Amino acid sequence: MSIFSPTTDEDLAACLRDAAASGQKLRIIGQASKTGFGQAVMADQVVSLGSFAGIRDYEPAELVLTAGAGTAMAVIEQALAEKQQQLAFEPGDWAPIWGGAESTGTIGGVLACNMSGPRRFQAGAARDHFLGFTAVNGRGEIYKGGGKVVKNVTGYDLPKLLAGSFGTLSAMTEVTVKVLPRAEKQRTILLFGEAADAANRSMISAIGSTYDIGGACYLPAAQAQRSQVDFVAKAGAAVTALRVEGSGPSVEHRCAALRKMFGGDSEELHSMRSVAFWREIRDVAPVRAPLGRVLWRVSLPPVQGAAFVATLPAAPAAEWFMDWGGGLVWVSLAPDMAVEHLAALRSAATTLGGHATLMRASDQTRRDLGVIAPAALEPLMRRIKESFDPAGVLNPGRMMAGW
Amino acid sequence: MQMPEPDAAILARRPQLLAGLRRLVDEAGIIADPIALRAYESDGLTAYRQPPMIAVLPKTTAEVAAVLRFCQQEGVKVVPRGAGTSLSGGALPLADGIILGLGRFNRILEIDYDNRCAVVQPGVPNLAISHAVAERGFYYAPDPSSQIACSIGGNIAENSGGVHCLKYGLTTNNVLGLEVVLMNGEILRIGGKHLDAHGYDLMGILTGSEGLLGVVTEVTVRLLRKPETARALLAGFPSAEAGGQCVADVIAAGIIPAGMEMMDKPATRAVEEFVHAGYPLDAEALLIVELDGPDVEVDHLLERVRGIAEANGATSLRVSASEQERLLLWAGRKAAFPAVGRISPDYYCMDGTIPRSKLPLVLQRMSEMSLRYGLGVANVFHAGDGNLHPLIMYDANKPGELQAAEAFGADILCLCVEVGGVLTGEHGVGVEKRDLMPTMFSEIDLKQQIQVKCAFDPAQLLNPGKVFPVLHRCAELGAMHIHRGQLPHPELPRF
Repeated sequence: MSIFSPTTDEDLAACLRDAAASGQKLRIIGQASKTGFGQAVMADQVVSLGSFAGIRDYEPAELVLTAGAGTAMAVIEQALAEKQQQLAFEPGDWAPIWGGAESTGTIGGVLACNMSGPRRFQAGAARDHFLGFTAVNGRGEIYKGGGKVVKNVTGYDLPKLLAGSFGTLSAMTEVTVKVLPRAEKQRTILLFGEAADAANRSMISAIGSTYDIGGACYLPAAQAQRSQVDFVAKAGAAVTALRVEGSGPSVEHRCAALRKMFGGDSEELHSMRSVAFWREIRDVAPVRAPLGRVLWRVSLPPVQGAAFVATLPAAPAAEWFMDWGGGLVWVSLAPDMAVEHLAALRSAATTLGGHATLMRASDQTRRDLGVIAPAALEPLMRRIKESFDPAGVLNPGRMMAGW
Repeated sequence: MQMPEPDAAILARRPQLLAGLRRLVDEAGIIADPIALRAYESDGLTAYRQPPMIAVLPKTTAEVAAVLRFCQQEGVKVVPRGAGTSLSGGALPLADGIILGLGRFNRILEIDYDNRCAVVQPGVPNLAISHAVAERGFYYAPDPSSQIACSIGGNIAENSGGVHCLKYGLTTNNVLGLEVVLMNGEILRIGGKHLDAHGYDLMGILTGSEGLLGVVTEVTVRLLRKPETARALLAGFPSAEAGGQCVADVIAAGIIPAGMEMMDKPATRAVEEFVHAGYPLDAEALLIVELDGPDVEVDHLLERVRGIAEANGATSLRVSASEQERLLLWAGRKAAFPAVGRISPDYYCMDGTIPRSKLPLVLQRMSEMSLRYGLGVANVFHAGDGNLHPLIMYDANKPGELQAAEAFGADILCLCVEVGGVLTGEHGVGVEKRDLMPTMFSEIDLKQQIQVKCAFDPAQLLNPGKVFPVLHRCAELGAMHIHRGQLPHPELPRF
């Protein structure tokens, strides 16, 4: 299939207008690094937003960055690093989940998938940092939403709707995000040998303390062993990890206080080791391989993390780890698992007050189960879709089966 | 300000409508007496007043759903109202509409410390949540200045901010779940105690929708652990440029203070005469920087901020040595509005956001406008996030001054947009800034927003006349060509 790469908003708008008039369906991509995320899109044409690239405006002291939606994440991260800033929601390098190359993806894709990393519970997701955009809707109209300043309540908060919409509402050409200073220092406290429920409780009490935790995850022994960080890999036991970030004296003080609070067997990861460890968590490295296994991302009330993992099948064994203090569980299951077992995982998540997203599975399984849980709110969501894209031109079926 | 022409047919049916509503809500929940209705005639934007046709105060979600369903069937407009503290007229009634007051939804339903959240009804005041969880050292972060009175449901509608939102976010960043009733009576439950509900971010679009998309009947808010300590630093600067540069340098140094507030000289003078906080009267720009966290962190960062202030030529510097002194330093800033109210018979509070680097330019242009309109202006400024609150001083008893103040305010907001900012940072559009929306958004931009409205409320009965300058019928938007001033059905109401 040919790929059309418009270079101006007007060309993109004309393309979308033509598609709407002729009943064509379009698949919208940036670098196509997360095509495996969502359901397969049956499209007549692929439209790449890769030409809308480049940082247009970056004022570190204003805490905002405006860039073409097709700007590579690597470019954004480099520019921010030069000013000791970052995207605080910590989007992962996810393309390898679906067998793609490392360090790919665009800022538009990160926002469209509402990505977030281990700092989510403290700093928010992509939605919380998405300030404004220019886009073309399914009627082929160029429009803008939000603004280019960090505080704005003028009109509806359309960036929230576009975050996590998987390109089904509009094709974005320019985005503005909030950026924040990178912490001067970070350390990670490791607690060893806790069972899942004890770890869940430890993480909740740490996050509920005054020590301002910016990462809380739990790796069972088998997952810890896969780490490239020696202290974690050689633990020979399950690892509970708590990240502390901030200015030097503050980090030292909080780490000492936390180790005192937990007592027992603990260790500290400093600077580069801490960074490397959380990069693994962010990128789902503990359960990412092998590609054939089914992968779920399960969002839960934090106290339900351990209760949820207790429902996972023992044979063939589920592989998993908890993040967000128990509020997020990544689960990898054997490739040949029957659909009813997969469905059981989703209903366990729902019963516990959360929801499960099918991150990786065959096209057939994703069709059978739906990538996101069927929502009672689907009729309203469909009306919202139609308010942006009445002809169903943009990424049909990517998010919800049938539309 | 032009509001929709009341529908005579609806007004004529008031007795039948009242009888119908009485079947849905208890006697105490129906207010129809003209004198009692005056209590609802305006919100915090008191320049506009309009008693509603009827006020309805349900106390359960089922009653809210029944009332909305009834109003939809009868074609009656509905204006939702929390505590009525909106500064933009978001809860201004309509003569032919009902006020749907959520004041009886006043209970905290659940506090869940382990999941760090609280489930509350929409009429609970913002500050009551923090009070309820203070014993365990938690709080709810967004702190709009009206937090003692404003309701959490109203905070959702307006996406309220506060002085601490640079570090802790607006309402939208601190909500986990909502129960909402649509105009057709449908009850939706969105999110819960987990993060990032699946599908489109309905919570995100509802928050800040100013009561146009749905009526909030339950809210799950995020709780945070209260920091060990907070201390404040007060610094005076010889110019707005120097103060602004200090703010930029603090952020460039990687420090995000819990709060960073600036006042200009007129505001400082008004405040000092009122509360005697010990503010330096010679400073052109006065900056308050608050840092919170563990003691060791606060001490360390305060020293760095002090150094940055000195490097920018601060002419006075004071660091709070006690909680009492911190509160005193804040007392002045927090009394800025009443202080200006003391020196001027009336004042009009604006709420634009600008890129912070444009502050000196905007202050300069504002003082030119002040001369032109012959009205004084004092500025308080959430300096960290560029949210400016000019207070225009006028006397409503002098003919023409209210109109002049409004024109001055509109000029300021247009200036904010011109320099790359926005019309409102936290007060909302409401009726106040409705007609300025085209300075920031094109017709197509606005049309897309109205299309979203139509997905929630196709009959456009929920809070009409707010936010959008021109009422398009939803069906009409289906056709793709509406040109300004050439609407296809001139007989339809437009406002």
